[in-house]
Amino acid sequence: MTEPASHVDWVEGEALLTDETGLHARPAVKLTKLAKSFAAAVEIRAEGQDRWVNAKSPNAVMKLRAGHRTMLRIRASGEDAKEAVAALAGLVTRNFDG
Amino acid sequence: MADRAAETRSGTVRSGTVRSGTVLAGVTASGGLALGPCFRPSEAAAAADAPPADAADFAAALARAATELRRLMAREERLAAEILEFQSALLEDDDLLAPVRARIAGGIPADLAWRGVLDAEIADYRAAEDEYMAARASDLADLRDRVLRALRGAPVAPAPAPEGAILVAADLTPTAFLEQDWTRLAGAALGGGSATSHVALLARARGVPMVVGLGDLSALADATPLALDADRAEVLVAPDEATRAAIRTRIAALRDEAARASEAARLPARTAAGQPVRIMVNADDPALLATTDPAICDGIGLTRTEFLFADGLPGEDAQAAAYEGLVRWAAGRPVTIRTLDAGGDKPVPGLSQPEEANPFLGLRGLRLSLRHPEAFRTQLRAIARAARLGPVKAMLPMVTVPAELEAARVHLDTAIAELEESGTPHARPALGIMVETPAAALTAESFDADFYSIGSNDLTQYVTAAARDNPALAPLADPLNPAVLELIGRTVAAGRARGVEVSLCGDMASRPECIAALIGLGLDTLSVAPATVGAVKLAVAETGARGNRQEGDPA
Repeated sequence: MTEPASHVDWVEGEALLTDETGLHARPAVKLTKLAKSFAAAVEIRAEGQDRWVNAKSPNAVMKLRAGHRTMLRIRASGEDAKEAVAALAGLVTRNFDG
Repeated sequence: MADRAAETRSGTVRSGTVRSGTVLAGVTASGGLALGPCFRPSEAAAAADAPPADAADFAAALARAATELRRLMAREERLAAEILEFQSALLEDDDLLAPVRARIAGGIPADLAWRGVLDAEIADYRAAEDEYMAARASDLADLRDRVLRALRGAPVAPAPAPEGAILVAADLTPTAFLEQDWTRLAGAALGGGSATSHVALLARARGVPMVVGLGDLSALADATPLALDADRAEVLVAPDEATRAAIRTRIAALRDEAARASEAARLPARTAAGQPVRIMVNADDPALLATTDPAICDGIGLTRTEFLFADGLPGEDAQAAAYEGLVRWAAGRPVTIRTLDAGGDKPVPGLSQPEEANPFLGLRGLRLSLRHPEAFRTQLRAIARAARLGPVKAMLPMVTVPAELEAARVHLDTAIAELEESGTPHARPALGIMVETPAAALTAESFDADFYSIGSNDLTQYVTAAARDNPALAPLADPLNPAVLELIGRTVAAGRARGVEVSLCGDMASRPECIAALIGLGLDTLSVAPATVGAVKLAVAETGARGNRQEGDPA
C-alpha cells in the first residue's frame, strides 16, 4: 500500500474493468450508489495511480478516468467492510450488470 | 464553400449586426430545412447575480434541481435519462457539496460558493483534454446553471419560443435542449458543439434540424429572419425574398414528399403490376420502435441484438424481456432476431477475442458465438422464451459453410432441452441464416436453413473487396455492382428451389433507387429502417412489372 500508515484497518479487494469505455458516467453512478448502501467507508484506486478516492462520490470516481482493462483496487473500513468490498468487486466483475 | 464561410464569417463579428445575405457555414448535426426568426433563449439568466442565500436556501435549491431532473428523466426517452442520471447523482455527492457548504458557513453567499466550486471542477474536467471528459464538463456546467436558477427562484420553464423560430445559442446543454418545446421551434443553430455531442444525438432522434460549429453568433439579433439549411450545413442571415421563396418551395416539396411517404407507409406495398412486397423494419434500438406504428410494416426483419451487449453480457432474463417486448410490439407479425453479431471491429466486453489484423475476415458473428457456447445458448434460450408469444425467427450472422448452421442447431436443441427441463415456457423459433459471405450466397441451396436473409452491406464489402468504412472506396463498395446482384439473384433462386423465404435486410433495401433492381431480382421481402418505410413503399409502387429483370439475374 502506498498510503501513509494509519490506524485504519482496511479490507481490500480488486476487480478488472472490462467496459470498452472504462469507468464512464453510468458505471460510476452505479458504483457510487452501491457504495452508499454500506455504512463502511469505501475507497477505490485505479492501478497505476496512487490516489485513493471516495467510492461514494460520483464526481471523484468520474475523475479517476479509469480506462478499459484497468485493475480497480477497492478497500473498505467499518462494520460491513467485507460485504462492501465483495459487492463492489462483484459489480465491476459483472461489468455493472449491463 | 469553406472559402465563402471564411469570407462571410469575418463579417459577423465586426459590428453589432450581420449583413443581410450572409452565409454562415457549420457542421450538420441533424439534417433538415427551416425558415424562421432568430430566437435566443436567455443565456444571461444564469450569469445574473442571485440574491445572497444561506445554507437553507442552498439545500432548497439542490432539492428543487433534483426534482426538476427527476421530472425530465421521467418524461424523456432512455437516452436522455442516461445523460441526466449523472447530474442527478452529483446532487447527492457529499464530497462535491462539502466545500460549498463550508464556504457558505464561512459567510460566502450560496451562489458564489456553488459557482466557485463548480467552476473549478469544470476546469478540471476540461483540463483532461479528452472528448468524453469535456462532455461531462458540460454536464457539470448544466448542473451549475440549474442550481443557480433554483437559487434565484427563477421560473424553471423557459419563456415560450415564438412559433417556428430557430434557436440560436453559443451552445446548448442536453437539459436545455430537452426543456425547449420542439413542436414550436423549427430548428437550432449553435456556435459551438459537435455532431457527436449528446445534443446532436437528441436532435437527430427528434428530427430537429441542427447546424453546429457556426462560430461566433453573438451578433445575430433576436428576431432576425434566418434560413437554416441543415442539409447543406449553413445558416443564411436575413435572406432576400427570392432566396426565401426558393427555400419555402424546397420546404414545401420536402413536406409533400414526407406526407406522401407517410400516407404510403400506412398501405401495403404493391408494385405497379400489383405484386405484393412485404416491407419489414430493422430494429436497431427498441426505443425507436416506441415511436413507430407496427401497422406500417409486415414485421421485424432484423433485430441487431448488439444494443443489449453494449455494457457486457446481458443475462437470459434481461434478453428475454427485450425480445418479448419486440414480439408484443409486432402483435402477431413475424420477428427476426439476429444472434450476436460482434467481432474485432465491434467487441463485446466479456467475450474474449484474439487481436486480429483483419477483423472483417476474422472471428465474428456466428464464428464468435460458436466459440462462446455458454453465451450463445443463453441468447438462444432467451429467443425461444420470446417465441412463445408470437412467430420468432432466429437468424445467424456471418455463416460460411453448412456445418456452422448445423453446429448452431445443436446448440438450439440444447437450449430448448434446458428450457423444457426447467419448465420455462418457450417455443422453438425458426432457424435461418444471413447470406453475407460470397460462399454462402454461391452455395445457399446446400444450407438446411428455414429462411435466408441477405445482408447486402457485408456481401457487397466481401464481393467487391472494398471495406465499407473506408470513404475512399465508397464508389467501389456499390451494392448495385453486377456481381453483388448476381449473388442476390442466386440466393433468391436457392430459396425458391427449397421453398423457403428470402429477404434482404441491408442498407440498400432502404434506398428507393435500389428497389426496382431488388424486385427485378425476384425479392418480395425487404427489411428497412423504420423512418424509410414510406419512401420505400412509394418506390415499390413505382416499380414496373415483375418481368423487369436485371442483367445478371440467373433465373
